[in-house]
Amino acid sequence: MSWLTEYVRPRIRTLLGRRDVPENLWTQCPSCQAMIFHTDLEKSQKVCSSCGHHMRATAPERLRWTLDEGFTRIDLPKVPLDPLKFRDTQRYVERLKTARETTHLDDALLVAHGTIAGHKAVVAAMAFEFMAGSMGAAVGEGLVVAARLAVLQDAPLVVFTASGGARMQEGAVSLMQMPRSIIATRAVKEAGLPFIVVLTDPTTGGVTASFTMLGDIQIAEPGALIGFAGARVIEQTVREKLPEGFQRAEYLLDHGILDMVVKRHRMAETLGRVIGLLRHKVKVAA
Amino acid sequence: MRHFLDFEKPLAELDAKIAELRAMSAPEGMNIGDEVARLTEKADKQLRVTYAKLTPWQKTLVARHPERPKASNYLEGLITDYTPLAGDRAFAEDAAIVGGLGRFQGHSVVVIGTEKGHDTESRVRHNFGMARPEGYRKARRLIELAGRFGLPVLTFVDTSGAFPGIDAEARGQAEAIARSIEACLELRTPLIATIIGEGGSGGAIALAAGDSVLMLEHAIYSVISPEGCASILWRDAAQAEAAAEALKLTAEDLKRLRLIDGIVIEPLGGAHRNPGAAVAAVGEAIGSALRPLLGMPEAALIARRREKYLDMGREPAGV
Repeated sequence: MSWLTEYVRPRIRTLLGRRDVPENLWTQCPSCQAMIFHTDLEKSQKVCSSCGHHMRATAPERLRWTLDEGFTRIDLPKVPLDPLKFRDTQRYVERLKTARETTHLDDALLVAHGTIAGHKAVVAAMAFEFMAGSMGAAVGEGLVVAARLAVLQDAPLVVFTASGGARMQEGAVSLMQMPRSIIATRAVKEAGLPFIVVLTDPTTGGVTASFTMLGDIQIAEPGALIGFAGARVIEQTVREKLPEGFQRAEYLLDHGILDMVVKRHRMAETLGRVIGLLRHKVKVAA
Repeated sequence: MRHFLDFEKPLAELDAKIAELRAMSAPEGMNIGDEVARLTEKADKQLRVTYAKLTPWQKTLVARHPERPKASNYLEGLITDYTPLAGDRAFAEDAAIVGGLGRFQGHSVVVIGTEKGHDTESRVRHNFGMARPEGYRKARRLIELAGRFGLPVLTFVDTSGAFPGIDAEARGQAEAIARSIEACLELRTPLIATIIGEGGSGGAIALAAGDSVLMLEHAIYSVISPEGCASILWRDAAQAEAAAEALKLTAEDLKRLRLIDGIVIEPLGGAHRNPGAAVAAVGEAIGSALRPLLGMPEAALIARRREKYLDMGREPAGV
């Protein structure tokens, strides 16, 4: 007899026996259906321990997993709300309000600065949990700010993408974030600093077809869906069955569109190594 | 036979009546000429009234009108010594995007257009104006060529969007579009883009990140088609009319949002009723937009272009 059998086991039984067990203690792997306990999930960075499936992660998780302890999140400037006064079945301002309440984020991008495996860096993480990570003026502005910060700090810019594409509710304003985000990230390149893109599940539409594809280095997480057009649209257009693994990270790697596919728990280390290698200046004797 | 849109039905009836009268031999004591003149006047008035207040959805239909002048009509009408150039130098020639060298109002220029085609055969050949990665890579090559030789670039945009195909994705559609936008932004010479029909999302902005962006009066420019937007947000493609309204995709809307620089007024009843006049009006507008940019130092030109796009989405942008 130990405290485990005497104390813990009955407690677990009562817990399991009770009907009001909070459901979010367990998460089902969407790939292999294994049940994973929440503390294990956090430890494994939301990678299924049975099948290795990389589950979607939130923007705060990205920052936490990538940057060394002690990083600083920065506030992003406010942008005009709802330029189109858009309304579908619901008002855009209402959707924004709901997204803000449920995610505790202002919009779909977080920016922080700190170090990655000891290397100074600015990290911007898109929040898929906020209106599918869609890119409107706020995300565009966030990228502009992140790029400026990188240049000011003489630090590389690392962007984690996770987005359904442009934010339809901002119409052509969101379309114009494509050139805008390209101009923003271009400034990092022109300053001689690395611009690294980490593509996570999913990255599609106008986000893929702008700054995302212009990284000096392009890394994706295993199994991430990455593409321009949506699978349904393609199927309807070409009336063909899509090939196995179509628009997945490994497919893009095979087609020469990515540099590498890296598992989540190796990401920070890989980023640190790449930054270290890129920023090594060869000293030439005078 | 003219192709009439649904909302033009009263016009179609008047037109048919006029045609009938004209074909008729004059009966005793009736002056057909007077009657034709009366009906023609009525038809003109009807046309003016209808086209003065087109809804966003009606504009979408006009922008897609099969008889609307296509990029090739503008190249024919505005460019002399047109010398088409082909290929992306890597994989293929994509006829959805046409382009080459030519002369515009005396200036040597590079021209690029998304071409929808005007009949079944040419529509298929041009893939209905939906480009694959090779098309955008050709565009980028031509834009860079223009930069090297100091030639302004004129683009004519008319596309429902980039081609959504398995092959296009496999060969990096997203990358090709991104690089084409980047080429527009880095160009050391002026780029004037004109949205002549449909400005469909990424496939349009790929050729339209310019110093001056013009839109025809009844053209549309949008992040997604009204049908696509409706099926996602309303879960019902039949709500396309409501989506067209909500998306603010007309030239007037985009001008008010400061996303385009100018609107080219179309001939009465739309560009398809008088393609020659539409082409001439576009030529004039491009000339006016181009002239002040020609003497600009390249660094200032690029900086101005960047600032213009960096401002999009900042205050003030109120409708």
